[in-house]
Amino acid sequence: MAIYLTQYDYDAIIEHAKQEAPLEACGLLGGEYRDSDAIVRRVYFLKNTDRSAEHFSMDPREQFGAVRNMREHGWKLLGNFHSHPATPARPSEEDKRLAFDGTLRYLILSLKAAQPVLKSFRIKDGEATEEELQII
Amino acid sequence: MIITVNGDNVSLTKELSLAELIAFLQLDQPDYVTLLVNDRLIYPSEHKSTYVKDGDTVEYLYYMGGGQA
Repeated sequence: MAIYLTQYDYDAIIEHAKQEAPLEACGLLGGEYRDSDAIVRRVYFLKNTDRSAEHFSMDPREQFGAVRNMREHGWKLLGNFHSHPATPARPSEEDKRLAFDGTLRYLILSLKAAQPVLKSFRIKDGEATEEELQII
Repeated sequence: MIITVNGDNVSLTKELSLAELIAFLQLDQPDYVTLLVNDRLIYPSEHKSTYVKDGDTVEYLYYMGGGQA
């Protein structure tokens, strides 16, 4: 099981998160499944309505708009991403508590170090498992 | 009656409140489900008082949030 992200989208996520810092940035990932792998076709950058350096909430209207666009392209909602401007790329207790969909991938980008770190997790019943993230 | 849920047709035997629809769809954590009915955003506080009717278009998603704290 792996999630595949283009170099272009990887760079775009980092650039967006840096622009939003010190606030957390967030967005959705749309694309396709191939067997057990997830192929990201588009990254949707959404507003963090919390406008916080420590929390994020996605705007429901933007979420619906993104999911509708995915459906128009025949894509699925694969997961989401958010940034941790000052902490490592691992799910916080709050991230785990608020991860309601065990089918999704939860990508976390840490900007703590000079070199950003992006990791992908599956979170189910409060347990997070890192999965392979391939930049292509 | 037929409604559309997240792009798929769903057959119901009667009009349901959104709270009943959430149970019918077996969605976990209903307090964190946001629904769009005919393009109108419905928050959890309105789930019991809002009913779906034949031909309605319903979309749902889970609240997405978290944080580094």
